[in-house]
Amino acid sequence: MTAVAGAGSRAAPRGDPFVPRPFVVRRHRQDTRDTWTLVLEPADGATMPFAAGQFTMMQAFGAGEAPISISGDPARPEVLEHTIRNVGAVTRALVHAGPGTELGIRGPFGTGWEVSSGRGGDVVFVAGGIGLAPLRPAILEVCADRASYGRVLLLYGARTPEDILFGDDLRRWAADHAVDVQVTVDNGQHAWQGRVGLVTQLVDRGGFDAVNTLALVCGPEVMMRYAAMALRARGVAPARLRLSMERNMKCGVGLCGHCQLREYFLCVDGPVLTYDVLEPLMSRAEL
Amino acid sequence: MVETRLIDVTGLQSLLDALVARGYRVLGPTVRGGAVVNAEITEVADLPRGWGDDQEPGRYRLRPRDDEALFGFAAGAQSAKPVFFPTDELLWRGRRTAGGSGFEAQSAESAQAAQGGGVEEHGEDGPDTRPTALLGVRSCDLSAVGIHDTVLTGRGFTDAHYAQRREGAFVIAVACSDPGGTCFCVSMGTGPRPEQGRGAPFDLSLTELLAPEHRFVVEVGSERGGALLDEIGATAAARGDLAAADAVTEQAAQRMGRRLDTDGIRDLLYASIDSPRWDDVASRCLACTNCTMVCPTCFCTTVEDVSDLSGESAERHRVWDSCFTADFSYIHGGTVRESTRSRYRQWMTHKLASWHDQFGSSGCVGCGRCVTWCPAGIDITEEAAALRGVPGSNLPTPTSPPTPASE
Ligand SMILES: Cc1cc2nc3c(=O)[nH]c(=O)nc-3n(C[C@H](O)[C@H](O)[C@H](O)COP(=O)(O)OP(=O)(O)OC[C@H]3O[C@@H](n4cnc5c(N)ncnc54)[C@H](O)[C@@H]3O)c2cc1C
Ligand code: SF4
Ligand code: SF4
Repeated sequence: MTAVAGAGSRAAPRGDPFVPRPFVVRRHRQDTRDTWTLVLEPADGATMPFAAGQFTMMQAFGAGEAPISISGDPARPEVLEHTIRNVGAVTRALVHAGPGTELGIRGPFGTGWEVSSGRGGDVVFVAGGIGLAPLRPAILEVCADRASYGRVLLLYGARTPEDILFGDDLRRWAADHAVDVQVTVDNGQHAWQGRVGLVTQLVDRGGFDAVNTLALVCGPEVMMRYAAMALRARGVAPARLRLSMERNMKCGVGLCGHCQLREYFLCVDGPVLTYDVLEPLMSRAEL
Repeated sequence: MVETRLIDVTGLQSLLDALVARGYRVLGPTVRGGAVVNAEITEVADLPRGWGDDQEPGRYRLRPRDDEALFGFAAGAQSAKPVFFPTDELLWRGRRTAGGSGFEAQSAESAQAAQGGGVEEHGEDGPDTRPTALLGVRSCDLSAVGIHDTVLTGRGFTDAHYAQRREGAFVIAVACSDPGGTCFCVSMGTGPRPEQGRGAPFDLSLTELLAPEHRFVVEVGSERGGALLDEIGATAAARGDLAAADAVTEQAAQRMGRRLDTDGIRDLLYASIDSPRWDDVASRCLACTNCTMVCPTCFCTTVEDVSDLSGESAERHRVWDSCFTADFSYIHGGTVRESTRSRYRQWMTHKLASWHDQFGSSGCVGCGRCVTWCPAGIDITEEAAALRGVPGSNLPTPTSPPTPASE
C-alpha cells in the first residue's frame, strides 16, 4: 500500500479476525442517562494489549456488532473497558449487558493516538460528547508520565451538565496531574455555573504554545472540523493535529469497504489520522 | 520460452474428462435464459457453440453466429467473482452456552472441518467440497482475479475463505476473438490475450482457431497444466498455428467497442471532485447497484446475522454490498453519502483513482459489464471522457438512445 499516512501504531489481534472472542462483563456502570461503561475480562484469560485510540468490534450475541473505542487504561491490558452511548439496536443490547454476560470482541483494530510523540511539548485534548471516551486512554497515558509533557489541556464540550462523562476523572486529572480541564455545555440550566458555548471557543482562549503542541480531537465530525480550524488558526501544525474519524464499519479489518474516505480505509489506516491528510477530504460534503 | 500445444474439439473434451477424473468441479460458460453464464459443465456440448453476443450500453443480447465457435462471445454478466467470492459466505456459527449468559463461536473453517473439511458450496445435494476448475476466464477477468488476490489476501488481514477457494483452483483462460461493444481491455492494459504474469496466473490458456480445422492453441502456464496436456496426448503447436493465434488476438485488439484514456486518470478524478458532471450522471443513475454487482473487482460486503427463533444459536454471514445504497455509509445520525451524485462519484473515483493508492493498480479492468448491465446505459468511459472535457471521444458514437436490458 502506498500513500497511507496514518498516525501509526497498532497491536495485532489474534486468530481469525472474523470470529469474536468471548469477554465477560465484570462491572457495569451508568455514566449518564444514555451512556454506560463496561469493564470486561477475557473469558479465556489471555490479555488484550492495545494502543490508546484503538477500537474493537463489540457484539451482543444475536444482536449484531458495532465499532467501539477502548476507553480504559493502556497500562492495564488485563481488563477491557468500553464506554458506550445507547443510540440504537446494537448499542442498546451492549449497554444492557449486565455483570456475568459474555460479549463477543474482535480486535483491537486501527491506529492509535500516539500521544507519546507529544513529549517535551504541550498537549491539547479536544473532546465533544462521547468523544471523550476514545481520548481517555491517551489522557491516562499522559497522566502516568506527566513530567514528560508541558502544559496539558482538556477542552471538553457536552450537551448539558447531565451529559458530562467521567466527572471523577476530570477532577482527579485537574487536581493530581495538573491538567487544565475546561468544560463547556451547549445548554446549561439553573444550577450550572460553568461555561456555556462551543468547545471551539475554548480553543480560541489559547493557553498553550501552539508551535509546540500536539492536539488530539474526537467528537462529532462538524465539531472536529471547527475545532481543527480553530487549532490551525492558533498555529498548530496540521501534522501535529490528529482526529479520530467515524464511518460505518462492518469488518474492522479493511475488507468490507464501508469505511472508505477516498483512499483511506478508516478502520486500518485510521480511525486516527493527521489533519494534513484529512483537511482536503473533510472540506467536501458526502465524501 | 512459452510452451504451446495444440488440441482439437475432441481434445477439449478429453481435457474436461481429465479434470473431472481428478475430482474437479468444472465450471464453464453455458447458455441459460438468453445469456452466457458460468455453470457446472462436463461436456463440450455444454459450451455456447455457435453463439455470439451484442453488447451496448444498457443492452445485452445473444446472437447466433454462422460458425461453430465455442468461445465466440465477449464477457458474460458473471465474471469469475462469484466463484471465488460467493455472494453469501458463512463467517462463523455460535450458540449460547448453558445458563444463557455465555456463548461459543466457531469459525466457518472449523465448523466445516467438523463436517468433513473443505470450503462449502451448497449444491442441490448438500455441501460440495470439490476443488474448482474454471474454464473460459477472459483476460480482463484474470486481471480482476489478480486484483482480488491483492485486495483479499495481499494485505494486513486475509479473507481465509477466499484464499482457500483460490488455492486449489485450476484456471483455464481463453483469449478473446470477438470483443463486445462495451469492451475496453486494451485501454486498461488487461487484454485481449491472457499473459502469464499479468493478473492471476492461469494453468492453461486457449486460443480458438476455426479454420481450416476447429482447434485450440494452448499455452501452458503451470506444471500441472502441462501434465494434464501430456495425459490427453496434446501435440506441439506448429509455427502456423501460433501465427494464426496471434492474428486472432491482434484483430480482436483492433475491434474494442470502447476506449478509456487512462493518462493521468487518478489525478483527473481527484481534481474532478466538484465537477458538475456528477449532477448530470446523478440525473440518469437509478442507484440500482447493478454496476457493482457485475463488476469483477467490486469487493464491498456487509454482514447479516441469522439466529434461530429461540435465540440459542446464531450465524454471521458476509454478503455482497454496494456503495450505491443508503445503508452503506449510514452512521448514527444519518447517511454520509445521501445523494446519488456522491455515490456515483465514490464508485467511479474508487475504480479509477483511489484504487491506485490502495492497491497499486486500476480498479477497472475494462470488461464493460457495468456499461452493458446499467439499465440507464451509463458508460464509465463516457463519464471519464466528460470529466476530461472531451465528450463523445468514444468509438463508436451511439446513434440511438440506449435500450433497456429487459428488452
Ligand atoms: C472507530 C469508531 C469508534 C467508536 N467508538 C464509540 C465509542 O467509544 N462509544 C460509542 O458509544 N460509540 C462509538 N462509535 C459509534 C458506534 O459504533 C455507533 O453508535 C453504533 O454503531 C451504532 O449502532 P446501533 O445499532 O446501536 O445504532 P443505529 O443508529 O440504530 O444503527 C443502525 C444500524 O446502522 C449501522 N451503523 C450505525 N453506525 C454504524 C457504524 N459506525 N459502523 C457500522 N454500522 C453502523 C448498523 O448496521 C446498525 O445496526 C464508534 C464508531 C467508530 C467507527
Ligand atoms: S450507474 Fe447504472 S448500474 Fe450503476 S447504480 Fe447507477 S443506474 Fe445502476
Ligand atoms: S468498472 Fe465496469 S468496466 Fe471496469 S472492471 Fe468494473 S464492471 Fe468492468
